[in-house]
Amino acid sequence: MQCRWGSHGDYEIIALVPASVQEMFDLTIEAFNLSERYRVPTMVMADEVIGHVRERLVIPDPNNITIMNRKKPDRPPGEYLPFQPGEDLVPPMACFGEGYHFHATGLTHDERGYPDMSIETQEKLVRRLCEKIRRNANKIIRLDKLFVDDAEILVVAFGSPARSAASAVATARSEGIKAGLLRLITIWPFPTEELEELSKQLKSAIVLEMNYGQLVREVERAVKPTPVSFLPKLGEEPHRPEEVLSAIRRCKG
Amino acid sequence: MTETSSKHPLDDFLRMDRMPHIWCEGCGLGTTLNCFSQALKELDFDLNRLAVVSGIGCAGRASGYVNADAFHTTHGRAIAFATGVKIADPNLKIVVLSGDGDLFAIGGNHFIHAARRNVDMLVICSNNFNYGMTGGQVGPTTPSHALTMTTPYGNIEHPFNLVALAAASGAVFVSRWTALHVRRLTESIKKGLQKKGFSFIEVIVPCPEIYGRYNKLGDALKMIRDLKTNSVIKYGVPAHEAEIDPDRRIVLGEFVDTEKPEYSDRIRALVERSKGE
Repeated sequence: MQCRWGSHGDYEIIALVPASVQEMFDLTIEAFNLSERYRVPTMVMADEVIGHVRERLVIPDPNNITIMNRKKPDRPPGEYLPFQPGEDLVPPMACFGEGYHFHATGLTHDERGYPDMSIETQEKLVRRLCEKIRRNANKIIRLDKLFVDDAEILVVAFGSPARSAASAVATARSEGIKAGLLRLITIWPFPTEELEELSKQLKSAIVLEMNYGQLVREVERAVKPTPVSFLPKLGEEPHRPEEVLSAIRRCKG
Repeated sequence: MTETSSKHPLDDFLRMDRMPHIWCEGCGLGTTLNCFSQALKELDFDLNRLAVVSGIGCAGRASGYVNADAFHTTHGRAIAFATGVKIADPNLKIVVLSGDGDLFAIGGNHFIHAARRNVDMLVICSNNFNYGMTGGQVGPTTPSHALTMTTPYGNIEHPFNLVALAAASGAVFVSRWTALHVRRLTESIKKGLQKKGFSFIEVIVPCPEIYGRYNKLGDALKMIRDLKTNSVIKYGVPAHEAEIDPDRRIVLGEFVDTEKPEYSDRIRALVERSKGE
């Protein structure tokens, strides 16, 4: 929540949540790629367990790693406007030292990058900053699905609790309960459309968070009117699989 | 009859489409920017190899007026951003132009650690003893007893001595001038531009409209005259002995000029070494 709403003013952000050491590595590369592609800060939000855990990591051959770089200006210095967007609303970005002599500021700015406090400029800028992510949300969002296709009880989790949830969902399936797990890899932008679609087949949803309730409201909003039960976990341990399984059984009734 | 031109010799170094600037009449920030531009001109400095970074505040607006790649960062983060630029492209010379509040209150930790690591950059801090843009609040360099918007009964805190702090933190070049000492300031900026490592120049600038009014220091001319009366030039004294008491005595000069290994060089060497193994 803080990485999304932590500043004043409106903007969209990309935030990724790893659920393993391997993903911590992979998503860090992905974060740089997204950041270059959409010209926006991308956060990698590891929870306490992922931050402390030690497990196997495969470092790929550097030649097999996909690196995305920013769009570069297609015109010479003098004609280049550093904040003039193309159709995808992401302007090409020169690097320092390439002769473009451009100015970037944290203040609201026009297409030249110069500070401009007029209401017209502010509105145009804020709309673009939000829309470039909102319009591309389907390309950015990454989800991990387990038994979701015919699920009637959906567990929504991210980070380390999703690992306990995977185990619980598998056990529930062996008991004949139609449970599924939707693990959010991208927290922001939030997969509202995906959840709205899923809610048509759901009888109930369970949200796991290692806090007292932050993302649960986003889920409630998206799956309405499906009933949502919330399973918070405070302290430094993630949920145990049996706790999640009990919650699934309670939903089954 | 000689031909006259409307072009100023320093126009090439500034974004003339941004003029007029926002600074008040009598403010020393224009002088600092002028000396910086003059130093670039005298060195025939390649503007394609220059990146100017600043923070927030009156002084922070300088990055918007320089005709080079320039970044106006969030409050206090100029040095953090500059460190990133230096590591990404070690061929660039990074100059941080900002103020005392931005660099030493909000950005204080970035300053001491970049100096300790010896990241190659020239930091020029215009010190006007208060937060001017927001109406004259107390800051880390406000002298004891001085009146500001937020210290109407006088400042009860002790101010930083910026050159002593820079020297103690590990800067390789440290000097202090005022907006009156333009030739010496320009020479120090030229040295800083050519120096490899973390260089720091403090420029005492009059703020007649805000700080001057609160403390009844007179108009800009009077404030400049006081800077002349109260300043003493002492090259080479230890930085911690370079007193600063604006009402009484300000010690000016170059206090540190030394060499030590630079941070981005060491990163590159480390990367090469790791690849070799």
